[in-house]
Amino acid sequence: MNIKDTSTSLLKEFAPQMGPWSWKGKTAVVILSAILLWGLYALYIQVFKGHGVTGMRDNVVWGLYIANFVFFIGISYAGAIISGILHLLRVNWRKPILRIAELITVIATIIGPIYILLCVGRLDRLHHLFMYGRIQSPITWDVLAISTYLVGSIIFLYLALIRDFAILSETNEIHIPNWRRKIYKLLSINFRNTPEQVKRLKLTLDVLSAIIIPTAIIVHSVLSWIFGMTLRPGWHSTIFGPYFVLAAIFSGTGVMIIVMYVFRNIYNLKRYLTDQHFRYMGYMLIVLAAGYGYFTFSEYLTDWYTSEKWDAELIDKLFSFEHYGWWFYFANFGGILVPLILIGIPKFRSVKTIVFSSVVLVAALWIKRYLIVVPTLENTLLPMQDLRPEYISYSATWVEWALTAAGVAAFILFFILMSRFVPIVPVWETSEYLEEIKLKTSDEKVLSEKRAREVKQESISVSTS
Amino acid sequence: MTEGTNRRDFFKKGLFAAGAATAGAAAIGFAHQDENEISAGEKVKLLSQSGEIIEVDKADLKMAAVNTAEALEKITTGREGIPGRKFTMVIDLGKCRNARKCITSCQKMHHLPEDKEWLNVKLIKDNEKAAPYWFPKTCFHCDNPPCVKVCPVNATFKRTDGLVLIDNDRCIGCKFCMAACPYSARVFNWDEPEVPEGMTHEHYSPETSMPAKVGTVEKCDFCPDMLRENKLPDCVTACPNGVFYFGDENEDAVTNGDETVRLSALLSDRAGYRFMEELGTRPRVWYLPPHNRMFPYERGFKDLPEEHVEMYNDYLNSH
Repeated sequence: MNIKDTSTSLLKEFAPQMGPWSWKGKTAVVILSAILLWGLYALYIQVFKGHGVTGMRDNVVWGLYIANFVFFIGISYAGAIISGILHLLRVNWRKPILRIAELITVIATIIGPIYILLCVGRLDRLHHLFMYGRIQSPITWDVLAISTYLVGSIIFLYLALIRDFAILSETNEIHIPNWRRKIYKLLSINFRNTPEQVKRLKLTLDVLSAIIIPTAIIVHSVLSWIFGMTLRPGWHSTIFGPYFVLAAIFSGTGVMIIVMYVFRNIYNLKRYLTDQHFRYMGYMLIVLAAGYGYFTFSEYLTDWYTSEKWDAELIDKLFSFEHYGWWFYFANFGGILVPLILIGIPKFRSVKTIVFSSVVLVAALWIKRYLIVVPTLENTLLPMQDLRPEYISYSATWVEWALTAAGVAAFILFFILMSRFVPIVPVWETSEYLEEIKLKTSDEKVLSEKRAREVKQESISVSTS
Repeated sequence: MTEGTNRRDFFKKGLFAAGAATAGAAAIGFAHQDENEISAGEKVKLLSQSGEIIEVDKADLKMAAVNTAEALEKITTGREGIPGRKFTMVIDLGKCRNARKCITSCQKMHHLPEDKEWLNVKLIKDNEKAAPYWFPKTCFHCDNPPCVKVCPVNATFKRTDGLVLIDNDRCIGCKFCMAACPYSARVFNWDEPEVPEGMTHEHYSPETSMPAKVGTVEKCDFCPDMLRENKLPDCVTACPNGVFYFGDENEDAVTNGDETVRLSALLSDRAGYRFMEELGTRPRVWYLPPHNRMFPYERGFKDLPEEHVEMYNDYLNSH
């Protein structure tokens, strides 16, 4: 079988995903849309009544929204790892999981910045960022970096989709409504798989994946510098750039594993999203958990050891069970030790434990972002001495929770819709991958047969002598 | 840098104007002189920007008046400082008894609601052995302002006269400046603020900060509209104990309304310090240590509601 035949058979197998909706699919979309609408209602309230409807006040000026912002930009790293680093390293098993990774990147990079907009008191003046923009402000760095990253990721996702668009627009093997075929045709921009086109496409993808890695690193570094460039305990830390980058890769890989698991089950993709994929991603998690644990340890150790007044106050709050203790221990021990133990010890290692570790670490890293944003803002250098409890400590209101839930719902909804528009496992790359494996195994077969013949001959010659 | 462009601008239009910017008050005096009094042929000595003394015909000073007209236009944007000034404040901690007149007068002057304080008075106890003292805290109008650094749209800015102001027509409400200010000097209009009757948007200037706008940041502004009229900020005049000294660093003089003292002498004699010097923000507000106090700190509890007293006592107990 050549690549074309393989891709046809793959396409046939994936066709039901893109066919009529199942009742489960419909229910999911209805529930997710309802959550999204609830979020939009909250947004309406916030825009028309002012930010007073949130839990944010003069001391804690940022809350859940910024934590969500960092979280979503963090998980967007899934694509940077899989399609960036693994692409350049020519790791072939990445091919079936490429699209999931790139979709996570694009969707998360669209949703993330919305949370920063939710913190902006005057959305009607956003154009001021361009009219009066100051390059000295870390917010400007963020605007530049994230928009570059978003455009880059969308281009990458699109280029990687072109071959599948071409296949989808040409195939007669599965039923595709005409209007959809037209869209595929349009999107395939006349890709006909000529050697020249393939060469160009591959080169472009190589260049883009080389660009996407530094871009991703810049994005999360400048994001951390929104905190790092202030004179606030817990934020003003030189380690923050690399710490955020590593945390982002860690959580991105975790979300990647969860999404892989979900699609493998609902679309029955065990043949393509194999146990081996989970094992490899699990190994990555071990390395990342260890690295992230190391950064976490150095960060808190240096603050605690010298115990400068403000740092000590913050550390006290984080470690004490009366304040953030439970959250802190879960985020910084659970999120690191659970993957290390469950995946690190072979006896415990399985697809289920790898997915479970991912869920734990993703939750831990979300909490961690909250613990970076809120306690520092609650820890002012001068005593607050305020009689308004909502000014002293932050607690999110239903508006903020609704918009948080809406972000997660939008993420899932986006994914479901995209998975029905394009195969969630890339057809072309996966066929290529399967052919490579076949070639390799057939090569090995030929080799081993040859060796067997030689051994036989040797034994004959020995016996005759 | 607004200062740089400002100076270049002046330089282009004539050295005398540059001289005015550096030599300060003297030249401003000329600009205010009646035109009839100026006779041609009379020379005036001025200090140029490069430090040379130059002679300019007094008749040419009329052109400085033209420049002043231009400068006046800039005043309405509030971004140009009052020429030749370097405003500074000295707060004498030995005299404060938490009378809170500074707070209430500030609120009255800026039409702030009762729970919005541009300046406040904290009770501070530096360590377990130290005696508590009252600590009035305004915006420090830092010379290295962390808030101005991080503003993405240049809505908060540093002026040549030392003031840090906010243009609430430009502010996008990202609150980054609030997170960046280590002194919690800034407040946000979380909800639609109450605007005094008859005040419309046309009245707005960063120098008055009024009317307030929802979704924007505001803070203590040192009352630049009063300073333009050579008057003291309201907190200074309202204080019954003369805690606040206000003045001009260029003139080396500050006054609390009752007495005018030499700034440098006051700071050196009374060991003036700036709050948290180690942060490197270089505040323009100085403190005189709470030495030889006029009142025991408990006097500050006298007219307070019980819950306030309780709050302060909680603070003292935990320090």
